[in-house]
Amino acid sequence: MTTTEERPTSERRDRHARRTGRTVGAGAFSPGQLWRSLPVALRKLDPRTQLRNPVMVVVWVGSALVTVLAVVQPSVFAWWIAVWLWSTVLFANLAEAVAEGRGKAQAESLRRTRTEAVARRLTAAGAEEPVPGTELRIGDRVVVEAGEVIPGDGDVVEGIATVDESAITGESAPVIRESGGDRSSVTGGTTVLSDRIVVQITTEPGESFVDRMIALVEGASRQKTPNEIALTILLSALTVIFLLAVVALQPMAGYAGAQQSLVVLTALLVCLIPTTIGALLSAIGIAGMDRLVQRNVLATSGRAVEAAGDVDTLLLDKTGTITHGNRRATELMPVAGVPVAELAAAARLSSLADQTPEGRSIVALCAAEHGLPGGADAREAVAEFVPFTAQTRMSGIDIPDQHDGRQVRKGAAASVVAWVAEQGGTVDDAEVGDLTDGIGRQGGTPLVVAQRDGNGARVLGVIRLSDVVKPGMAERFAAMRAMGIRTVMITGDNPLTARAIAGEAGVDDYLAEATPEDKMALIREEQEGGRLVAMTGDGTNDAPALAQADVGVAMNTGTAAAKEAANMVDLDSDPTKLIEVVEIGKQLLITRGALTTFSIANDLAKYFAILPAMFAALYPALGTLNIMRLATPQSAILSAVIFNALIIVALIPLALRGVRYRPTSAAKLLRRNLLVYGLGGVVTPFVGIFLIDLLVRLIPGI
Amino acid sequence: MPDTLAGLLQVAALVLLLALVYRPFGDHMARVFSTEKHWRIEKVLYRLARVDPDTGQRWTTYAAGVLGFSVVSVLLLYLLQRVQPLLPLGFGRGVDGDTVPPAMAFNTAVSFVTNTNWQSYVPETVLGHTVQMAGLTVQNVLSAAVGMAVAVALVRGFVRSGTDRLGNVWVDLTRGVVRILLPISLVFALVLVATGVVMSLRSGVEVTGVDGSTTTLPLAPAASQEAIKELGTNGGGVFNANSAHPFENPNALSNLLEVFLLLVVPVCLTRTFGTMVRDTRQGGVLLAVVGALWAGLLAVAWLAETHPTGPATLAAGAAMEGKEVRFGIPGSILFGVSTTGTSAGAVNSLHDSYTGAAGGVTLLNMLLGEVAPGGVGTGLYGLLVLAVIAVFLAGLMVGRTPEYLGKKLGRVQVSAASVSILVMPALVLLGAGLAIALPSTPEALNNDGAHGFSEVLYAYASAANNNGSAFAGITVTSDFFQVTLGVAMLFGRLVPILAVLALAGSLAAQKRVEPGAGTLPTDGPLFGVLVGGTVLLVAALTFLPALALGPLAEALA
Repeated sequence: MTTTEERPTSERRDRHARRTGRTVGAGAFSPGQLWRSLPVALRKLDPRTQLRNPVMVVVWVGSALVTVLAVVQPSVFAWWIAVWLWSTVLFANLAEAVAEGRGKAQAESLRRTRTEAVARRLTAAGAEEPVPGTELRIGDRVVVEAGEVIPGDGDVVEGIATVDESAITGESAPVIRESGGDRSSVTGGTTVLSDRIVVQITTEPGESFVDRMIALVEGASRQKTPNEIALTILLSALTVIFLLAVVALQPMAGYAGAQQSLVVLTALLVCLIPTTIGALLSAIGIAGMDRLVQRNVLATSGRAVEAAGDVDTLLLDKTGTITHGNRRATELMPVAGVPVAELAAAARLSSLADQTPEGRSIVALCAAEHGLPGGADAREAVAEFVPFTAQTRMSGIDIPDQHDGRQVRKGAAASVVAWVAEQGGTVDDAEVGDLTDGIGRQGGTPLVVAQRDGNGARVLGVIRLSDVVKPGMAERFAAMRAMGIRTVMITGDNPLTARAIAGEAGVDDYLAEATPEDKMALIREEQEGGRLVAMTGDGTNDAPALAQADVGVAMNTGTAAAKEAANMVDLDSDPTKLIEVVEIGKQLLITRGALTTFSIANDLAKYFAILPAMFAALYPALGTLNIMRLATPQSAILSAVIFNALIIVALIPLALRGVRYRPTSAAKLLRRNLLVYGLGGVVTPFVGIFLIDLLVRLIPGI
Repeated sequence: MPDTLAGLLQVAALVLLLALVYRPFGDHMARVFSTEKHWRIEKVLYRLARVDPDTGQRWTTYAAGVLGFSVVSVLLLYLLQRVQPLLPLGFGRGVDGDTVPPAMAFNTAVSFVTNTNWQSYVPETVLGHTVQMAGLTVQNVLSAAVGMAVAVALVRGFVRSGTDRLGNVWVDLTRGVVRILLPISLVFALVLVATGVVMSLRSGVEVTGVDGSTTTLPLAPAASQEAIKELGTNGGGVFNANSAHPFENPNALSNLLEVFLLLVVPVCLTRTFGTMVRDTRQGGVLLAVVGALWAGLLAVAWLAETHPTGPATLAAGAAMEGKEVRFGIPGSILFGVSTTGTSAGAVNSLHDSYTGAAGGVTLLNMLLGEVAPGGVGTGLYGLLVLAVIAVFLAGLMVGRTPEYLGKKLGRVQVSAASVSILVMPALVLLGAGLAIALPSTPEALNNDGAHGFSEVLYAYASAANNNGSAFAGITVTSDFFQVTLGVAMLFGRLVPILAVLALAGSLAAQKRVEPGAGTLPTDGPLFGVLVGGTVLLVAALTFLPALALGPLAEALA
């Protein structure tokens, strides 16, 4: 397992943005983007690009029809309708173009990293030959030395090197890549800073990590996700129903003696079909992927993002995800008769030269809680450090006799007790046993500290080493629980320790003494119960589980096998990112659902505008439906069409940013969204059409 | 007793009766369709039909069974009418002699097999007792059983997990007939006889009027057909005047019993649903939706009928045109709203003569897709399909792939549900649009203007929803109407059935997921509002323009 030191995510992102020249924060939107995207939107008026979207095809055909009618029988009304119908199509294109435009800027910065490096390929004989990076095939071996760019994705098979991966991850600190183990994977486009490595290429040209990332952010490889397809089907069905309603209206109106013009019928049809969601649907999808990329997560498909919103069970590794990567000293517990200050002094002394994270944390604890100096003085510096070995299972320090002739040891209880006995001291086994057992029960690791000086050898006390749960984890898990997601902590610890940490972190369940097989079995079991599972991983032994999980997020620091098996890669290698991914997935679905509801709810007001306009002359009673008091039949219909077009533009920022999401229960979410987008969808157009009509009525001839 | 109070008491009695039987009868139906045990008589039937009752069927086989059964039924019923001159108890009845013409026979055959029971013929003069008893009454039972079977198959789709088997269509049909429809029909036929409904094999009885002239009053084996006519939400009358005829519906008590019979199976099926999915609250929500729609529409119609605006009605003092004095306004409206809310289509008053708003209510009630509470079985599956649509939209809004009763709603489910809700509007709108465009149509109408259009719209709404009630005021014996209405009935019945069974199959194949805090709750008031809103919104958005040119224009005048 690779561990990651905590760094504030926002800081990371800022740095990333600076590196790659991105100024767009997640979800920010400026009106200037609309203007800049206009040329692209105009190009998308090509009917062939409209075919993907059944709702907008109908609007396109309607616009063309009304334009022809306006040419044949010119009238102010027909021309205005024609212009606004085309605007509806254009605004839909604009939404898509703006969403794609944001991705394009990111793709540009990525492309700059993909230099046309000349690779030094090793021949079978072991000689080097220069070939263009684009001609490398899977299995080719290339040599890369300090200062050179790695020509393609692959695994290090020989050597060790520091690599600057900032071009991909935005992280400026170099990382170590070495052959074998879980740090062997390198990405094309990154730079070797020191040493020499041999890389075995693992991807075909054009399919590399950077290529996939570019295609993804540009939306080139975007395929409709399952929910998007289902929604498109429903929208198509609604479109067909409204088409029939309008087609059948003409003979009915004819029988009543109020034959309608084709312009009016087309205007009615466009107002009724769900153009708002139809226009914004693809922008919502692109923006959802974009939000993910903003957070430095690369998904291989939109399907995975959607699945993230559905996740029921989240498997999280304890180390590095829930707790800090290393155990830390949290308490000093002296045996009876020993002042805590004496234990602190000995503990500090034994750890001064110990450069393991545990050792450093002991010094830090003594400094913070017992006022001891954090560094060694001249006397201490001459002391001889006794390093930890697997045989002795303890470490410590020997201070030369001319100073005070002290020896201090710390380590596993059995070893230290044995050492004391060896030095001729006596140990109260029961007392030490109680202390160490107590610490073990509470999920900690005991380190016994002993000292030999002029008074002989004796045990001073015990240091408690604990896993420290990262701050804020309990709140995050509580939020997950509110969303209906069960969190399971995976750890190699014994069940006792696991339970204590699980309780502290607030996860719902834990899997202790977990082997990769156990992990796999747990995923299968959850899936058997119909639940969707998400997990993170980075090692090669995680690969099968990553592939089996519905949402597998591989760390970028992980092996190529893990990255290949996962359906997302986190460039920051931050295992808690999974939580954000789930939120993005949910937000994506909520935005679609909310705007669909809004779009359909809009129709009611449009009927109240258009039906009286069509038939009030025939049945004056229907004039009572004109509750908005729209000026003339023409102004009423035109106002409805204009509202229908403008609402698309008005909602582009929402489509790109996504509907606000707060982790809470489904019932609360539904109530809120139904109120805002359902009821709001009914009311908004009444106000909007009324206001637009105040202007439209001023147009001469309307 | 004032009319309104009497009416309210009738409504209260009706609701009380339904409340009493709701749990026991709903649970009984759930047991009927869940138990593994066969009755002896059923085993005999299975052996005769060479059916293995313990073999489950895939949805395709199930659908083929329903389809084949319906097609054979149409053919047999068509033939039976065509050979009427050869049959006993025919009394020489028919059109132009003693035959039933092909277009009419087709229309009637389709009408009764699809549980529509639209009647383009005058029963007293066209059909003899044999065709009535062996043809129409038999189909009254069988078509109702088909509706129940399809509904139960859909419920099993929700209940079952990871299987491709939906049950056995022959078993479901047999049990529906043997254990539910026949016993209740038998009991209520006797009760109806006790209230004065006739049951006779004679052609008619001669009576001497007060002026000394003699006329023949036609008789029929009415009670036996009447019970299943209501219970199976069929609605095809033995007499032309249907339940307004004193021989079919002699008094207020028989009227109340008939309304009860109309509602009892569709209402209690919501309980059956809840029991079968092992969460009765789920059924309770649907009951609440159904009840609210029914009560709301009843209130509007009642208000409209008791506050008429037309000068003639005002002069007469009450909107009693087309109503039987023995039922009054409440008894008529109660029947009218219940018959259009179920797919019955029996009538005890002339909907054509209702005020604009009340007439619009009966029309809207059908255009909702007949879910308040809908026909036997058809109501439940119609409502579940709309619930699927509602869950899909709302489910997205909680940030998950939508789930209903532990089943995910994806591409296949939304497609099936879309097809199912698309058929009825397409048939109504295209049918009515086509019919109204024909130059010959105005001649077939009693009225012109908005009311005339309502008559045409009502005819297609009634046919496509398999209701069968007539607004009247329209002559539908022309080949155009016979055929197009026949086609509307056939497609309006079979296409949704196929879509619903496909939906059931795709649901059963899925593994059932236990709901959690993140799933949309489908057992509370919020969900009820959502489903009710979806029902109203879909119908309103689809039919507002058409309604504006008909009842709406009348009602607002």
